[in-house]
Amino acid sequence: MSQTENKQGQVETTGHVWDGDLREYNNPLPRWWLWAFYVTIVFSVVYWILYPAWPYGDSYTKGINTVEYTVEGEDGEEKTVSEHWNTRALFTRDMQSSPSALAQEEWVGKVKDMSFEEIEQDPDTLQFAMSMGNYTFGDYCAACHGAGGQGKIGLFPNLADNAWLYGNSYETIVNKINNGIQGMMPAQNVAEDKIDDLATYVLSLSGEAEISGEAASRGKQAFASCAGCHGAEGKGNEAMGAPNLADAIWGVADVPGCGDDVACKVDEIKHVVNNGIQREMPAFGDRLTETQARMLAIYVRQMGGN
Amino acid sequence: MAHHDDPSYPAEPLYQAREPIHPKAIHGRFRRFKDIVLLVAYGVFFLLPWVRWERGVGPDQAVMFDIPSRRYYLFDLVIHPQDMFLLAGFLILAAWLLFFVTGLVGRAFCGYFCFQTLWTDVFMKVEALVQGDRNKRMRLEKQPWNGEKLAKKGLTILIWTLIAFWTGFTFTSYWADAPQLFVSFFTLDAASAAYITTGILTATTLVAAGFAREQVCIYMCPYARFQSVMFDKETLLVSYDDARGEGEAGRRPLKQGLMTLEERHAQGVGDCIDCNLCVQVCPTGIDIRDGLQLECISCGLCIDACDQIMTKRGWPTGLIRYASEQELETGEKPNLLKFRTIGYGVATVAATVLLLYGIFARAPADLTVHQVRQPLFTVLASGDVQNNYNVKINNKLQEPLEFQLAVEGLPEARVSVVGGFGSLDVPADESRKYLVHVRVPRDVQVSRREIQFILTEQNGRIEPLEHDASFVFR
Repeated sequence: MSQTENKQGQVETTGHVWDGDLREYNNPLPRWWLWAFYVTIVFSVVYWILYPAWPYGDSYTKGINTVEYTVEGEDGEEKTVSEHWNTRALFTRDMQSSPSALAQEEWVGKVKDMSFEEIEQDPDTLQFAMSMGNYTFGDYCAACHGAGGQGKIGLFPNLADNAWLYGNSYETIVNKINNGIQGMMPAQNVAEDKIDDLATYVLSLSGEAEISGEAASRGKQAFASCAGCHGAEGKGNEAMGAPNLADAIWGVADVPGCGDDVACKVDEIKHVVNNGIQREMPAFGDRLTETQARMLAIYVRQMGGN
Repeated sequence: MAHHDDPSYPAEPLYQAREPIHPKAIHGRFRRFKDIVLLVAYGVFFLLPWVRWERGVGPDQAVMFDIPSRRYYLFDLVIHPQDMFLLAGFLILAAWLLFFVTGLVGRAFCGYFCFQTLWTDVFMKVEALVQGDRNKRMRLEKQPWNGEKLAKKGLTILIWTLIAFWTGFTFTSYWADAPQLFVSFFTLDAASAAYITTGILTATTLVAAGFAREQVCIYMCPYARFQSVMFDKETLLVSYDDARGEGEAGRRPLKQGLMTLEERHAQGVGDCIDCNLCVQVCPTGIDIRDGLQLECISCGLCIDACDQIMTKRGWPTGLIRYASEQELETGEKPNLLKFRTIGYGVATVAATVLLLYGIFARAPADLTVHQVRQPLFTVLASGDVQNNYNVKINNKLQEPLEFQLAVEGLPEARVSVVGGFGSLDVPADESRKYLVHVRVPRDVQVSRREIQFILTEQNGRIEPLEHDASFVFR
């Protein structure tokens, strides 16, 4: 590009000299560049008018742009709210009326109209229900049951296995999600000389310990008071949520944590028998829509399989 | 001392206004070549979105970049997000091709193929059509703003705007179904992105091709700068043959006693008759006789101009021609098979082959298997140990696929798919996710085992898909 020359025909510089010989050409700006600069100034002024921009005191200029979205009032009526432009309101609006939100709504409608059996047989709907159930699980259930439904021994049941305290029918699961659960096993008053045999007997039901002879009959005798809920063979009772003691799953007594240490296992069982169990799952019926609860049921039910 | 205090410096303006350039129309080889390139480029660009194409799944448009559904449709080639490396391959190819061509014949891209050049050319043609050729345009420029000037300038800008708008709309129609967009656009029913894109493209086309023109090349375009780096002494450039044109006594206009080559050569005068036609036809307003310049986009129009004059005089053409620096200095013709050219050529061919290989060898379907990591394993009521796997199959074909699932590496494993599906079906051009349970009896004593998911297409449409995973217990 050309250098501007002054009247004497010399190349014009800014007049500053660095290091003895470094000079800077004093070329004027191209006009288009200057205009582009003015345009950016105009742009920023327009921006200030449209969008939140300048802080003042403990507030800020709101701009004249607005975002509209609907909220449910206290009377249950839906009404439209208009707010100054902000990303939070945009997000709310997108969650209500963006193409993705509408597409999701359509799928939710499909799930709503289908029976559990129909959903199970349709790969796309099942995939959607599982995926949405997964997110709902993360929002409402994972705090206690763990991100993968693995629960916590002694506190929160494991939902990733295939044992269900109250049975694995979808209707029951939805019912429990909506209405919550009061889980209670009263503390048992078992004589000191019988409790070891009882505990060992319980462990023997699932092959965790061996018991025979007189000890076995003493243990079995003591188990009679447990059989009311857990059943004569310790197989549990889904109607009252009494767990199956004869399977490989331990929800309260941390038997797997003992490894091969039988004394430790016995102690775990004794602790439960002596102290009983008091657990509560809150009702989620108020917080979930019917379809959400159904998708959640599909998700937790399928996590472990049959 | 700041120079503003120095009275010897004149007060300079705040900005440097552009001197309008009014190139004269010219005929010749390069003009014809440019016109052919322009016709082909415009034909492809403006008609392509309207070409229909039948597909099993997807839009009926031959070329469409479908952002919402994340597919690029190029005739029978459907590019999925997983294949986006092809774009990188294409860009690499374009880069090597640019290096190859530039090393050989200079800024050929700038002069003949760049859209800035093409659109500026069209806008100049419109200008010439409405306002007349160079002289008339210059007169109009100097004229005060009267009715004629207003009408002519206004009509020019109106036509420019229409072309710019159609350019913007055509660009937009590559990203949506063109006929549908056409209807919805003009019934004000299209997505806001369509209006914004068209608006921006209309404005930039109008400004860049109508008003900014060569300034885009000089000030904004990075290619103009870095292409010069690829030149060497043997690169063919649009050059003025200084030795022939200037002779020993310099260039002189035709006059009595300097009419023929013999007379001129006898007096040491060069062949250039200083008619200035080469300057008048230059779209960037430079004088090629000053030598290689940054502003030169190497469009060859000055060659056409000079050849025309030389032919008229009956003198040999080629006073301005494609010649290398070395050729002008020593008369030695450039060696086209130099190391650089061969190197760039090999790289270009390699990039082409790799790109084609990438296109034809891209996987027809993807399989990913992610083990559910929380919990890693679950003990079931029976004592069996279960691991869960999210199996995602992405079918990139235009036909449905049906897979049979098998897990290898763990003979004791029992595999079941949530939903109990007999085969894992994936509709054409879709992806599906299945949750798979793998169970092993506890007494198998597996702690960690490498396993392999193998999906066999039931109808043999594609090769079996395989994915590694591991089974974990404790």
